[in-house]
Amino acid sequence: MAEKPKLNLNRVPIPKQTPEVRRRNFNEVALGYTDEQALEEASRCIDCKKAGCKDGCPVNIDIPEFIKAIRAGDMPEAARILKSKNSLPGICGRVCPQETQCEMTCNLAKKGGPIAIGRLERYVADWERDHPEIAEQQKERIRFNGKKVAVVGSGPAGLTCAADLAKLGYEVIIFEALHVAGGVLMYGIPEFRLPKVIVQSEVDYVKSLGVEIKLNHVIGKIATVDELLENGFDAVFLSPGAGAPVFLNIPGENLSGIYSANEFLTRTNLMKAYLFPEYDTPIQVGKRVAVFGAGNVAMDASRCALRLGAEEVYIIYRRSKVEMPARLEERENAEEEGVIFKLLTNPSRFLGDGRGRVRAVELHEMELGEPDESGRPRPIRKPGSEFIMEIDTAIPALGTRPNPIIPSTTKGLELTKWGTILTDEASGRTSKERVWCGGDMATGAATVISAMGAARRAATDIDKYLRGSTEWS
Amino acid sequence: MCKIVKKEILVPNTIYLKVEAAEIARKAKPGQFVILRVDEVGERFPLSLAGWDEDRGTLEILFLIMGKSTMKLSALDEGDCIRDIVGPLGRPTEIESYGNILSVCSTFGIGPMVPMIKALKEKGNKVVTAMEARDKASLFWEDRLKSVSDETYVVLGDGSLGKHRRVREFITEYLESGNKVDRVFAFGRIFMMMDCCRATKPFDIKTIVGLTPIMVDGTGMCGCCRVSVGGETKFTCVDGPEFDGHLVDWELLIKRKRAYLREEAQAFNLWQPDNLRRIAELSELPERISVM
Ligand SMILES: Cc1cc2nc3c(=O)[nH]c(=O)nc-3n(C[C@H](O)[C@H](O)[C@H](O)COP(=O)(O)OP(=O)(O)OC[C@H]3O[C@@H](n4cnc5c(N)ncnc54)[C@H](O)[C@@H]3O)c2cc1C
Ligand SMILES: Cc1cc2nc3c(=O)[nH]c(=O)nc-3n(C[C@H](O)[C@H](O)[C@H](O)COP(=O)(O)OP(=O)(O)OC[C@H]3O[C@@H](n4cnc5c(N)ncnc54)[C@H](O)[C@@H]3O)c2cc1C
Ligand code: SF4
Ligand code: FES
Repeated sequence: MAEKPKLNLNRVPIPKQTPEVRRRNFNEVALGYTDEQALEEASRCIDCKKAGCKDGCPVNIDIPEFIKAIRAGDMPEAARILKSKNSLPGICGRVCPQETQCEMTCNLAKKGGPIAIGRLERYVADWERDHPEIAEQQKERIRFNGKKVAVVGSGPAGLTCAADLAKLGYEVIIFEALHVAGGVLMYGIPEFRLPKVIVQSEVDYVKSLGVEIKLNHVIGKIATVDELLENGFDAVFLSPGAGAPVFLNIPGENLSGIYSANEFLTRTNLMKAYLFPEYDTPIQVGKRVAVFGAGNVAMDASRCALRLGAEEVYIIYRRSKVEMPARLEERENAEEEGVIFKLLTNPSRFLGDGRGRVRAVELHEMELGEPDESGRPRPIRKPGSEFIMEIDTAIPALGTRPNPIIPSTTKGLELTKWGTILTDEASGRTSKERVWCGGDMATGAATVISAMGAARRAATDIDKYLRGSTEWS
Repeated sequence: MCKIVKKEILVPNTIYLKVEAAEIARKAKPGQFVILRVDEVGERFPLSLAGWDEDRGTLEILFLIMGKSTMKLSALDEGDCIRDIVGPLGRPTEIESYGNILSVCSTFGIGPMVPMIKALKEKGNKVVTAMEARDKASLFWEDRLKSVSDETYVVLGDGSLGKHRRVREFITEYLESGNKVDRVFAFGRIFMMMDCCRATKPFDIKTIVGLTPIMVDGTGMCGCCRVSVGGETKFTCVDGPEFDGHLVDWELLIKRKRAYLREEAQAFNLWQPDNLRRIAELSELPERISVM
């Protein structure tokens, strides 16, 4: 660097649909940078020698280099750099919590204006999708090495592991329980945050590497992990996510009109119930909706409910604002769209209308006490604070736990006390020989990028093991 | 994509299909089901396995035309393909040697009962079957049930056969006249299964029923299929579909099944009249269906 550039700390904002408009449609909220905006943002990057951003990226993207390519106007190069480390950039650019990752460790963060790396990542990925001929030219020729790996589940972990192994010459087959690939990216995260065509184009990229995806295959039912190992697969990577819903366990919870967040989001996103009756799957929201919990899943469910036509949508949370686990950005989006937050409030039972539908919920107020095991103040019920709130729909969004189908049908897989599969973090190995695991099934519900990072480490170890350069134990 | 290799209209509103699905056929067990999606905009809905042929790689299903999804499925013909079939799902029937078994079935419950009886017989059980139908015209597979059971009784709702109109009456008389029964299996309409449980309760005979709540994924992911059994919430798709009928909260099941009546009618009514006409032609269904 010859001259010392002047620091520009003004992040270029990303254009968004206005809250009044977007709260009633399923189109993407953030519209993406224009060429000029991307160039302006990329020009703020000072190409640090010790680039902090790189340390914050769980899949080690060469961030300064791809930003430099944007600045130089060399988009094919920017795309190549991204894709060499991240097979799903269009997804990550949209849903990664950059504020706790690369943008937190960006050297400019300390000064108050980190580079909007996520938005630039999205910009490059979207450019590439509009220029399929470039991807075609860049496609590496892959020579099969004769070894076969089965991947269970096609969420971000499964797709990443499959892509990495395919690039190394392995024949990879992904088995997916649902009728489309993508996992939570398809059934959980709503269209307005992550358009499904983007997920499918990144799934198509993984397929273009030679990966076969067998849909409608529930491992544990149509074949067990042991059968895969006996029938020609040299290794199995488990990435079935943590997809089982958690309910509140209070009286009345089986009334109609009470959906787990998983069911509500699956009907909406995977089955496209927002297009009913053009699509066959129905959903009911009514006028007043109560969502329980305050994580990202709760934000997504409440914002879907608004878009499905609800008049009032409440987030009901037993602690206070500072303890809310959702990303700040998502919380703000929800608030702007009109979601009402009822904090320090907890439900005790649901009341029916006599015909099996939910009519109301009994709530009570909470106070914060001493910190509990999680370090957060323990919410305590305020005596005598009960009140009734009329609702048409209730959505417990309390997180998910691992689905027992695979553990209960596989011999010799050790579990943790949370029901996740015991996995070595560095290598992804489980207690069962030739079986690796990664993503939410290994860690419990986490993030897209942490699932991808774990999948990448497992792919590296699978390759080492199958080439014979390490022993199992 | 699964190809339909055989289609039969058993009675005017009940269709039988044989489809190609070799991998599922290899693993299927009595009591299990599949989830289907007829086309790209279709919903996911479950149907029980009425048979399978490992060597030919085929599955058999039979279904009652209830609404849009089953109507769409009935519009497919031999050679057509079903978009998605996933399975085998659910826990298989617990097949053990119980002794004397009474199997009770009606409508679409007749399908899954056939492989179940076969398996029970192989374990050395004596199986007596009672089948219920509305009238002679809606009776099918009597011969199949006869060929697998030790004894078979038919109860017709219009009273045109014998003195009973409902299986409950038959069961009560059968048990009162001193026949020993160690276990009852009942599959079919919910009211029939409830009735059956009422009849066996005074005799304290364990009665296994196959529940049919609304489902979405069928793998324990959504909780839509939750039912209450013995006061505990269970997911039918992974914990069932078979449960002890004396412990089932039937009222809850019925109410949850009726949750979408309005939307179901809407979906059905808005469906293109053209398609309805095509079905009527293809499957020679009674004309009245096409004007619904
Ligand atoms: C509503 C919602 C919003 C979220 N928002 C964000 C966000 O904004 N940013 C972020 O980083 N993270 C977010 N997350 C978390 C993130 O989506 C997950 O951490 C991530 O998807 C985990 O990836 P995975 O590959 O481990 O599993 P999943 O994405 O869960 O994929 C698992 C796949 O395996 C399949 N499967 C399961 N069992 C079997 C079986 N037996 N046989 C075959 N296939 C099977 C499933 O059908 C599924 O397709 C969100 C999660 C939810 C639910
Ligand atoms: C484990 C299981 C096994 C079954 N086996 C058979 C079978 O072998 N043959 C057969 O004819 N039927 C079977 N059913 C019932 C069958 O799934 C429904 O009749 C079918 O989904 C109706 O769909 P529809 O669109 O045609 O009718 P709709 O008009 O949508 O619904 C008619 C009624 O069917 C039920 N239903 C609707 N949607 C679903 C859904 N997604 N899942 C389950 N039930 C639904 C509701 O009670 C509804 O009131 C089974 C159900 C279950 C749960
Ligand atoms: S740390 Fe920030 S400014 Fe420095 S190279 Fe990385 S993105 Fe650019
Ligand atoms: S159908 Fe979704 S959990 Fe059973």
